[in-house]
Amino acid sequence: MSKRTAKDAHLPVGECVTQVGINQDLSSVYNFSDAQELHLLELLKRTAIHGESNSVLIVGPRGAGKTMLLKCVLRDLLEDKEAQKSLLQVHLNGLLQTDDRIALKEITRQLHLENVVGDKVFGSFAENLGFLLEALKKGDRSSSRPVLFILDEFDLFAHHKNQTLLYNLFDVSQSAQAPIAVVGITCRLDVLELLEKRVKSRFSHRQIHLLSSLTFTQYLERVRTQLSLPDGFPDSRFAQDWNDGVKTLCGDKSVEEVLQRHYNSSKDVRSLHMLLMLCLSRVSVAKPAIKPADLLEASRLCFADAKANMLHGLSILELCLIIAMKHLNDVYEGEPFNHQMVHNEFKKFLQRKSNSMYNFEQPVILKAFEHLQQLELIRPVDGSSAKTQREYQLMRLMLDHSQIMEALQKYPQCPTDVKQWAMSAFG
Amino acid sequence: MKYFTRLRVRRVYKWRGEPLSFNRKLKTFEYGSLVISVDGLPRTTVINAGQHILIEGEDEDNPYVAKVIRLFGDESGKQKKAVVQWFVRVSEVPLSKLKLLGREPHPQEIFLYQGRSCDDEVNAESILRPVQVKHLDRAAPFPDSGDKDTLFVKLSWDSKTFRELESAAPVASPPPPTPPLPKPSLPPSPPRSPPTAAPAPARRALPTPDPAVMRRAASGEVRGGRATASAGKVGVTEAESLHLASRLSASKCSSARRRKAIARTPGVRKKLQLSSPEATTRQDILDEDRASEMMLAQRLSSSPPLTLRLTHSLTPLRKAGAATTPRAHRLTPLRKAHAAAVTAEDTAVPLEPDSRTPSARDDSTSPQQGDETEAELPTASGRTPRRRNATPRRNSSSSRGQKASTPSRQTEPNQREPGLTVLIEEDNENSPMLSAAAVTPRSSKRKSAQLVSSRIRKQLNLLENLQVLNSDGDDDEDEFVPSKKELQSSSDEEEEEEEGALESDEEEEVLSKKSRRAAAGSCTPRSKRKTTSTSARTPRKTPNKKIPPGTPRTPRHATPSIPSRSLPARRPGNVLEEARARLHVSSVPESLPCREQEFQDVYSFVESKIVDGTGGCMYISGVPGTGKTATVHEVMRCLQHAADVDEIPPFHFIEINGMKMTDPHQAYVQILQNLTGQKATADHAAALLEKRFGSAAPRKETTVLLVDELDLLWTRKQNVMYNLFDWPTRRHARLVVLTIANTMDLPERIMINRVASRLGLTRMSFQPYSFKQLQQIIMSRLNKVKAFEEDALQLVSRKVAALSGDARRCLDICRRATEICEHSPADPFSTGLVGMSHVMEALNEMFSSAYITAIRCASLQEQLFLRAVIAEFRRLGLEEATFQQVFVQHRALCRVEGLQPVSVSEGLAACQRLGACRLLLLEPSRLGVLQRVRLNVSQDDVLFALKDD
Repeated sequence: MSKRTAKDAHLPVGECVTQVGINQDLSSVYNFSDAQELHLLELLKRTAIHGESNSVLIVGPRGAGKTMLLKCVLRDLLEDKEAQKSLLQVHLNGLLQTDDRIALKEITRQLHLENVVGDKVFGSFAENLGFLLEALKKGDRSSSRPVLFILDEFDLFAHHKNQTLLYNLFDVSQSAQAPIAVVGITCRLDVLELLEKRVKSRFSHRQIHLLSSLTFTQYLERVRTQLSLPDGFPDSRFAQDWNDGVKTLCGDKSVEEVLQRHYNSSKDVRSLHMLLMLCLSRVSVAKPAIKPADLLEASRLCFADAKANMLHGLSILELCLIIAMKHLNDVYEGEPFNHQMVHNEFKKFLQRKSNSMYNFEQPVILKAFEHLQQLELIRPVDGSSAKTQREYQLMRLMLDHSQIMEALQKYPQCPTDVKQWAMSAFG
Repeated sequence: MKYFTRLRVRRVYKWRGEPLSFNRKLKTFEYGSLVISVDGLPRTTVINAGQHILIEGEDEDNPYVAKVIRLFGDESGKQKKAVVQWFVRVSEVPLSKLKLLGREPHPQEIFLYQGRSCDDEVNAESILRPVQVKHLDRAAPFPDSGDKDTLFVKLSWDSKTFRELESAAPVASPPPPTPPLPKPSLPPSPPRSPPTAAPAPARRALPTPDPAVMRRAASGEVRGGRATASAGKVGVTEAESLHLASRLSASKCSSARRRKAIARTPGVRKKLQLSSPEATTRQDILDEDRASEMMLAQRLSSSPPLTLRLTHSLTPLRKAGAATTPRAHRLTPLRKAHAAAVTAEDTAVPLEPDSRTPSARDDSTSPQQGDETEAELPTASGRTPRRRNATPRRNSSSSRGQKASTPSRQTEPNQREPGLTVLIEEDNENSPMLSAAAVTPRSSKRKSAQLVSSRIRKQLNLLENLQVLNSDGDDDEDEFVPSKKELQSSSDEEEEEEEGALESDEEEEVLSKKSRRAAAGSCTPRSKRKTTSTSARTPRKTPNKKIPPGTPRTPRHATPSIPSRSLPARRPGNVLEEARARLHVSSVPESLPCREQEFQDVYSFVESKIVDGTGGCMYISGVPGTGKTATVHEVMRCLQHAADVDEIPPFHFIEINGMKMTDPHQAYVQILQNLTGQKATADHAAALLEKRFGSAAPRKETTVLLVDELDLLWTRKQNVMYNLFDWPTRRHARLVVLTIANTMDLPERIMINRVASRLGLTRMSFQPYSFKQLQQIIMSRLNKVKAFEEDALQLVSRKVAALSGDARRCLDICRRATEICEHSPADPFSTGLVGMSHVMEALNEMFSSAYITAIRCASLQEQLFLRAVIAEFRRLGLEEATFQQVFVQHRALCRVEGLQPVSVSEGLAACQRLGACRLLLLEPSRLGVLQRVRLNVSQDDVLFALKDD
């Protein structure tokens, strides 16, 4: 983080501010249960050192620290020289290796097998598979280097054709071939049901469930540690001031309320990071501390409703059309509508008001309608899109009534008659 | 064709006199006596009720001993049956049980069999001849065997313990307590019952001729040996009988197949029994194998040029019942004529030839030579003794001898040409030598194994598997135990000796004697049928594993390999680690317990095809983790070994796996590559294979093709499967296809008719393991490592058996339990073993679903959303709602809970998070508020999880 040494006790505030960040110390962020960490560490250690093949799944909701757990364990494991020397790692991600062909090439590349030239893997899919299997088969427990396969987004690999890759990896891990450890990372609790039974049978059924049972006090503590500057911060006085400021911030009632709301919404560390980053970005030389107001503002941003925000940018005509649709939805109980129906509804409103202010041509209204579709505030009902004329294409409103009403409240200089029309029970 | 010269005796069985009585219920006639006459010989033998008889078993050298209780036949007169009281030979008593005897058993000793597991009804046509049985007092010493064919009874044996004979028992004199009989002075080593327990050194010493040995061999001692040999046979019955029921079916089909290749029969059968201990009961053998054996015997007697040799071979056996059997008399003179020409040394050598001998010889020599030898036999009496000399030993290790001798045949052909007659002798003598040599050392090696096995047995007895274990089952395990290294060395030695054996006649004779002596030294013959017949072979099973199953690694420009590590992998340190290593699915078990039946079926199927040079398909099904592939691999290992020692013609084993190829058509490519090393495209490979299997080629080896995960070879036109099953039906293909899949009805479900029809009906299904079997599997894997408490093992196996019967699962759980045990805080009261609590924890980890915990750990809004989902479901009466509907409920709930109302984005985020964990099932998220929501957990679970808050 800092290139400066501790000698420079006093830095310009600007320097300090640029160095303020979220504490990246891994272990302080997550509090993994020792048993789980030990389980994984021992498992990988046995592969690395004893040459025992294993397979394990790490399951937990997003942001629960699955990858972090693995990283921590690997960090610990690689402190052992013996393990470090021998362990080969292959990292795959289900989002990148979308089929077995790509995955195989990637494995071969990462293992630097002999059919790799530079970064290119030669041979057909079948050859690659044969080559890799042969390579693994030739190895044996005591003499080959153990290979650690890390399959991120494991569930996506289960959707590959025939689950060939998984079958073969698990098969190797259950037979006397080169020692491998297969670590799958997934957020799907039902991941085992995705596996074909022969694949499932080969999997060792070790699952590490990472579920955060974080209490609110722990959550607060986490916020505090995340914002605090580490001891090694170059300017110790600034750090002292900053840390005190963070402490008072966390004690603030309104801040606590905001954090409580976030806590209620999600215990995910990433969403917390988002919130804190928004706060930190408001820190400046002029204001070298986080104020409760910053947090409130950040929270408001975080909870802002995307669709309602979009409504703020619409023209009055488009807003009127949305209101017409809302009324149609009320009348017809969510049945889809088309442009003509919306137009009629809008016309009824205009007649009542007999106000020429909203007197638009038919093509203009159609254009506005299409714009709404582009914004995905309305979407065509599936299937009927191709044949029918645009005016008669059935549509659905993608907004909740609460969002519309909220947007109307905040819409700058909204005409009162439009507002009233929106509030009225019947168009 | 080398089998044609096999000798057979044809016996004719007739009732003597009118039926004594008629049983109306069973429609049977009871007779007083049975007349046996041998084709071509005027002499007849009469069997009366109450007489002791020899009954054909699978080892002709050691027929079973029994006493006739009554004789009866059915109305048609076709069925002739006898009810008998069985006796057990020493060799039939499990070795471990022999210790109970507390003394060295007399080689000619037999035991009254009082076990219940033996069918006492035998087919009369399996009766060989009467034998003399003497009842002795327990204390009385065994008479110095004046008559080698007399057997002695002192005790009874009920498969568990030796008891004194009750006076009520059919035995005349109840023997008093056993004084351990010092037998060392009784040199007769049972050359017959291959001395499984015999000390090895003899083999080593073989090359040096020892005068003492020769002298001893020259004197009469040898008789005892012969007698034991025959005695050894009976014991077999005992052990086998225990598995009567289980074996029946298997042996039936296998014996039918076996008969096709009669010449092979003895070897084949032995091997089978060997490898799958439960293969056949005595009853089976009587019922099923009788046919082939009878034919054998009949041929023996009927082929005129052989009669002379027959006399040799038959005499010793006959002697037992000599006094009564006219035929025996007739034969004896002949033998004597020969004996006259024989040197003293030679005469001393026990002759135990029986119907098997010639065949064994024939096997070992090339066919023409076999013929010649036979032709010469009558004239070349001077030479005969030598052969005799050789014969018993060959018998002793019957099939083993065959095996061992074969290599020598191969090395010798050049030598034979100059003077066939002489050299043939050499050849013959070589074989016994080899066999003896091969047998002896191994037995000694096995001692440690026996120790281990006895321990295993103790453990297993706890499992109430007593039966299985008492019988040959555990013996097999014993024999698998020897480490590869030992086996390796022993086989090396064998080779050395083979070479040495070729060197000179005299030396060989001496050697043979030596080895026999060695056998005599430890005259505890192992009690198994295995022992008598094929003990030498059993351990072989393990070394096979060294031999990779036939697939040559094709060198390519790039060698596929994982870099090797700089530091060697660490060895397991403590008991738990050791146990864990053993429990790993990948560790190759010494044997495959609980799959003996299947093993035998597959084995006999493949072997018969290989021997016949025909082709065929077999379909094997079973849920994952039931040992299908492992069993087939085990079979192939054994067959490969059999091929290596020239027991069966060489073959080629290829394995493909539907899962290990990218496309069904790749199957052709892989097969071709494994067969020839060629690389080709799928189409080209298919064409080449078509040509290969479609056309005749000289000296083509049988190809055994294992197709794992067959269902993945399915294509729309099914041409891959069609070809795979069509090739074996071609005349010259010599292709055996073993297919494995999970589903039993795969042929019916996915195959079109022409494919299913070619697959045929040879099917086998592997049942999921029962809890007992699982327990046994773990036990056998753990071997002697004591790492688990009994109850813990029971719990695991019961749990897994109830869920899936998947052995992999079972082993994985055990492995996990050892880890938990290792890391659990040291409990002062704990035994250090894996206990119930550890196993429970492992089970929970593996079997419990995390849904409920996941719900409890979810954030408040997520929990509220789940609640809203349920509320909306209740309102709608449907199990599905759109997000918009649920959201309304969600906001309402927020109000109730006194929370700030959530925005749509917030609600959607919560919903998506739940969807990512699959607590909810969602439509694609682009539908926004319109997406439909379903629960992936039961409503009750959700409510339960939320209630505790």
